[in-house]
Amino acid sequence: MSTCSLLALAQSEDRDYERADYEGVEVRWCPGCGDYSVLTATQRLLAEEGLKPEETVVVSGIGCSSRFPHYMNTYGFHGIHGRALTLATGVKLNRPELSVFVVMGDGDCCSIGAGHWLHATRYNIDMVVLLLDNEIYGLTKKQTSPTTPQGYKSNTQPRGSFLPALNPLEATLGITNASFVAQTAEWVPAHLYATLQAAYRHKGFAFVRILQRCPHFTPDIMNELVTDRDQVQLLMHDDGINAPGLDKVFENRRVHDPSNLDAARRLASDSQQTRLGLFFRDESLPRYDDLRRTTRLTAEERIELLNEELALYAV
Amino acid sequence: MAALSSAVSPEVRDSSRVKHAPPTVHRLDEHTVEIVSDSGEGAQKCGQIFGTVSAKMGNGVWTVEIIPAEIEPPARSVAGTSGIRIRIGSGPITNWGDETKLAVAFNEQSLLSRHRIGALADDATILVENRWATHDDEAIRDQWASAMEELSERNYTIIEVPMEEECLTVVENPRLGKNMFVLGLLAFVYDRDLDRIREQIAFAFLNKPKKIYERNVALLELGHGWASENLDFQYHIPSIETDQEMVVMNGNQAFAMGAIASGMELAAMYPITPATSVSHYLCDVFERFGGIVHQAEDEIAAIGVAIGASYSGKVAFTITSGPGMALKTEFLGMAVMTEIPLVLLNVQRGGPSTGLPTKVEQSDLLASIFGQPGDAPHVVMAPATIEECFHAPITARRIAETFRTVVMILSDANLATGVQPFPKPDPQVSWQAPMPDQAPVPEGARPYDWDPETGLSRRFIPGQPGGMHTVTSLAHDEDSHVAYDAEINQRSSRMRSRKLAALQHTMSPPPIYGEESGDLLIVGWGSTKGAIQEALDRVRAEGLSVSSTHLSFLSPLEPGLGEIFSRFRKVMTVEINYSDEPDDPYITEENRRRGQLAWLLRATTLVDVDCWTRVLGEPLRPGAIVEAIHTHMPTKKRGKRT
Repeated sequence: MSTCSLLALAQSEDRDYERADYEGVEVRWCPGCGDYSVLTATQRLLAEEGLKPEETVVVSGIGCSSRFPHYMNTYGFHGIHGRALTLATGVKLNRPELSVFVVMGDGDCCSIGAGHWLHATRYNIDMVVLLLDNEIYGLTKKQTSPTTPQGYKSNTQPRGSFLPALNPLEATLGITNASFVAQTAEWVPAHLYATLQAAYRHKGFAFVRILQRCPHFTPDIMNELVTDRDQVQLLMHDDGINAPGLDKVFENRRVHDPSNLDAARRLASDSQQTRLGLFFRDESLPRYDDLRRTTRLTAEERIELLNEELALYAV
Repeated sequence: MAALSSAVSPEVRDSSRVKHAPPTVHRLDEHTVEIVSDSGEGAQKCGQIFGTVSAKMGNGVWTVEIIPAEIEPPARSVAGTSGIRIRIGSGPITNWGDETKLAVAFNEQSLLSRHRIGALADDATILVENRWATHDDEAIRDQWASAMEELSERNYTIIEVPMEEECLTVVENPRLGKNMFVLGLLAFVYDRDLDRIREQIAFAFLNKPKKIYERNVALLELGHGWASENLDFQYHIPSIETDQEMVVMNGNQAFAMGAIASGMELAAMYPITPATSVSHYLCDVFERFGGIVHQAEDEIAAIGVAIGASYSGKVAFTITSGPGMALKTEFLGMAVMTEIPLVLLNVQRGGPSTGLPTKVEQSDLLASIFGQPGDAPHVVMAPATIEECFHAPITARRIAETFRTVVMILSDANLATGVQPFPKPDPQVSWQAPMPDQAPVPEGARPYDWDPETGLSRRFIPGQPGGMHTVTSLAHDEDSHVAYDAEINQRSSRMRSRKLAALQHTMSPPPIYGEESGDLLIVGWGSTKGAIQEALDRVRAEGLSVSSTHLSFLSPLEPGLGEIFSRFRKVMTVEINYSDEPDDPYITEENRRRGQLAWLLRATTLVDVDCWTRVLGEPLRPGAIVEAIHTHMPTKKRGKRT
């Protein structure tokens, strides 16, 4: 690291950040889009945790929510459809000291990029992974996504989605080495913030599914959940996600120990009840980024070693 | 030691060969030997050691592996033949040559496979395992008999060798050791230094128990002893005196070492033949150099990880072959759009689709240059020798970083497994990527501050204060903001394209092999250089006016090609890809599909470039190129290109 950057670090060390320090270009999501509250909560988290904008990388794929990095004043990578996790893996393997956030939509994560979702979960690399799930393709104008509820009409399945919706929590919890799985909703800001905070503080691959309304294409899809709080069950535990005051708002509560994987899987696969909270967390699981750390060499050291290696092939 | 009688089959054995008579030593400038077997019998290990020792003894060497696509295809099958071919010479050897002069076969079926494709010279000497002649299974005995009959069409000298019978005196399972016995035979025939061979065996089995080394050496000595008692000929190929330090390795290993020498620290790959051995070697050593080989879940993830790593620091690389490159296409376009440097190695194999996974082809040229939807200008280069495989990643890394672009390196199965000695590289600090810049970005600096003349701009890397921006695969302006404005798209396209012209501006015209002007100019690229130049030496000795040039860069092409072409009456490419023959049914001048380089050169120079190409799943033979030159020489009409 150069002297110059050490100086810059020293200067920025004491700095307090505000949410506004993380604001990027003007936001162009539809009015009422659920993405806004996730953006605000993320900016607030970064300010509260004092993350340096230059040492934070937000990676996304393609879709409405994938414009996210543009609206952040951090380093950002707005990649291609479905491949955000591969880019984020590259960033973290090369620069483990950077804080990495990945933002994907349901098409991105659960459809075109589903293979990477499975494997990135297993790699368990330290990053925050946000699935902004509005249960529809928005940017391409209302096509059925894997998480679209069965029977819901779209431009590609106009007589209603043929199959039961894919359950991202159940799927993630089924993957070997999954270390953090939570669900929250964009319309419950206190819970959203507490979830992002827990995810950020988790050492490993923190997967958060965020239920999110699309006011344009699926305005009704989560109506009942939003208007009738009893339809949503809050998972409570001392080791879980605890936002102040929420226990007074949500009367439908359930104690769930997030170290219990079997219980987590049971709760996640229950299609009758939507739940918010921490389903599972285990920080003892192996992390690929930890296992793959190497000691970087200077140019001279590399030359010396390479000459030794070449000598083995000398004629 | 077994008695001589078991070795000699009177009907094929020349009766003049007498036990213990001193062998006749044939002095030769060069010779080609091949070892063929079923898969898993170690023919390649044997040949690699033989080739390496020959190189260490000062001979020029070129080896080519003969690899079936399956791991253990049915034993004793013509299609499952596995093996290796080694050409050694007094001077430098640049290609695999023409026909094999000495073949060692572990069974007669693998021999047949080589016979049927015309790999063996008419006067070839053949050493073949003879246990099949007297096998318990009548079907096998019949196969042997009919094979011998088929082989008798040619004037081969066939010598039966009781390999298994001999090996059983040392090991219980001769399948695990016949190859070392054969190494012993070759050590006698070519008078190789046994101490060097023992050293090389020790190196080859470095991580194995000592008793494996001892067993292999015992078999080596057994083979050598048998040969000295039973063979009455030896080949002497004088070696070249040189003071230069040399190293010997195959192209994939050379590439891996070059990548290390370039200071790159992350390779992301997905297993694919014939590229994977680069990562096998890297997996062994890269961590000691501070590097990581990431085996990704698929080809797309592999390039994604490499791009993510490059984006955040030093240039990273990905390793693949044709089918894998196809899967990486969208990401390649994105790397071009975002101007994230990346090095991609494509070890080409036969195609299309799964094609010929273990065989050489040069059919990915146009797909490499033009395969990405949208206009995605980037660099494509092709090493022609093992030595160039070492230097390619160093050059590629530097170009990728300087020009913020994708650099593809097109190697092929011939270079990948070909072994050739070359001068030991002297690694330099200047070859290596510097540590990523973490200094604050100057006030007002923009992430795509394109120089209007060259299109170049300086990238910011995460960690640099003040440089925060979001790279995007969408059209964008100098600030990396998404921009749909027509003028911005025109300008950014121009800037990305301009970089190639700026790079070409730094290059020199390719050198000409032979006279600077003449009747015919052969143009080649990639692994065919040695074979083309050897063919040229032969036709020039006949008095033909033929020169050649070999392109190292395919995108941008090296400058001055039009001018060079104008000095020859005819220009023709020689390539290992498919082209229609002009006299094939329905083929016209207009619909003829030409060799891929020919296609490119016609488009860029407007010269009527002809081509001669073959897709036989093997490297081009110089003799075949000589014939092609004969049939493609321009007719003698003064001052007019045919």
